Amino acid sequence: MSDLLVAQNVFFGLIAVVMLVSAVRCVTTRNVVHAALWLVLVFAGSAALFILLGSEFVAVTQVLVYIGAIIVLFLFGVMLTRASMGDDASVASEKRAMAALVAVLLAAVMGLALFDSFSDTRLVIDEPQRFGVVSDAIFSQYIVAFEAVSVLLLAALIGAIVIARKD
Amino acid sequence: MTAVLEIAPFAILADLAYWQVTSIRAIAGLAAVLLVAGTLVYVHLFKLVSFMQSRLGPMEAGPYGSLQLLAETGKFLQKEDIIPRRADRFVFCTAPFVVLVSTFLLVVVLPAGPDAWFISNDLGIYLAMAVSSVSVIGILMAGWGSASKYSLIGGLRATGQLIAYELPLLLAVVGVVIQAETMNLQSIVLTQAEGEIFGWSGIGNPFILTQFLGFAIFMIALQAELTQTPFDMPVAESELVTGYMTEYSGLRFLLFFIGEFATAGVFSAIAAVLFLGGWYIPGLDAGSELFNVIGPLVLVGKVVLLSLLIFWFRFTFPRFREDQLQKLAWKYLIPLSLANIFVTAVLKVLW
Repeated sequence: MSDLLVAQNVFFGLIAVVMLVSAVRCVTTRNVVHAALWLVLVFAGSAALFILLGSEFVAVTQVLVYIGAIIVLFLFGVMLTRASMGDDASVASEKRAMAALVAVLLAAVMGLALFDSFSDTRLVIDEPQRFGVVSDAIFSQYIVAFEAVSVLLLAALIGAIVIARKD
Repeated sequence: MTAVLEIAPFAILADLAYWQVTSIRAIAGLAAVLLVAGTLVYVHLFKLVSFMQSRLGPMEAGPYGSLQLLAETGKFLQKEDIIPRRADRFVFCTAPFVVLVSTFLLVVVLPAGPDAWFISNDLGIYLAMAVSSVSVIGILMAGWGSASKYSLIGGLRATGQLIAYELPLLLAVVGVVIQAETMNLQSIVLTQAEGEIFGWSGIGNPFILTQFLGFAIFMIALQAELTQTPFDMPVAESELVTGYMTEYSGLRFLLFFIGEFATAGVFSAIAAVLFLGGWYIPGLDAGSELFNVIGPLVLVGKVVLLSLLIFWFRFTFPRFREDQLQKLAWKYLIPLSLANIFVTAVLKVLW
């Protein structure tokens, strides 16, 4: 095992701890804006994990889409509608048991599925995934899926406009 | 892993340990951000604007007031750091750093010579655009954390504007990427340096000639991204004091101030790399070692030139209304930049 792998393991541990703490704080805090900001740390952690795996394109996309767009829209929406300082008592507490149950079930199913299919696969990372390789794969092998997703997003966009229009 | 961690192939740097190279890079990055920001504030904000308004500007500190910047920094450092009582302390205090970090990460992709770069990465301009969008979170944090209605409205206006103008900014770049066939900023510079205009290679082929529409859209969207004057609704002083910066004082205000001008500098540098040929000037071979020395100076020269445009606009045009501002982005700039991408792609395939 090379030195680089040791460094990777150390950083994986650090990032994982930060992500876990942020994820827990994200669901336990009673302040909606704080929850969104904790979520930023979770997404940043997952981007860092992708860099450790050598998938730079996915990492940068994670930052651009999740931190730069989705969280910004979250915060924008929350601040535009109810930007109360301090804790918000209306953040549901009676539904917590149900939410915890769903979370545990989801984690169990996904964990089992991942473990079942990949437990004996070893991921070999010799060098980072080149950007060109990713785009070649998207636009040749997965072109049908890519176009289908584009159409789906367009439909969602039009649907949102239809719902939002008053007349 | 390697492309992120690749060590600069400088002959002198080759023998240094990894931490030494990293320290040199960190210092170079700091210098690249702060010196350029200082130059812009002095040359443009203090002097150029003063002459446009028929006054002298700072004259007391040093020759022609050139030490005024140090005096101002000292003043800001001495000021009391006031935090409003109802503010969300942690969010309020971190916000300026989030904005500044996004600026410092931007500089990482910039090449300043054939061997003088921080990282040479395939993702290049895509990485820059992703990192620059993080500053919006800092602005929202500042607006909300201040617990003041002026700050909140300023933050919301800033966010609406930045979201709207990020799209034309990104789409304007796509034309250059299609023409250069790469996102790596270093390769974009080399493509321009080695290009030809109908067989004439006298000045290379700076993309401002073929991508003029892209350049115009990029500079307009950039003006809005920097919330400079025709687009300064978020900090409209007659309505909102200074928008999301209202409650900040002392060092934290200084950080926002540095962030504003440093971002102007770094984005001008990105525009110079994309459209004006970056560190290359015609007459020398692009692979020449000399460019490692004069390259950074050439780049700074182009940055001063481009930011001159930004500040010229800033002190010439009156402020847009909010609806005019959104209309310009969504109804004119985005369709135009999409048309630009389409035409560029068609011509690229035909040629």
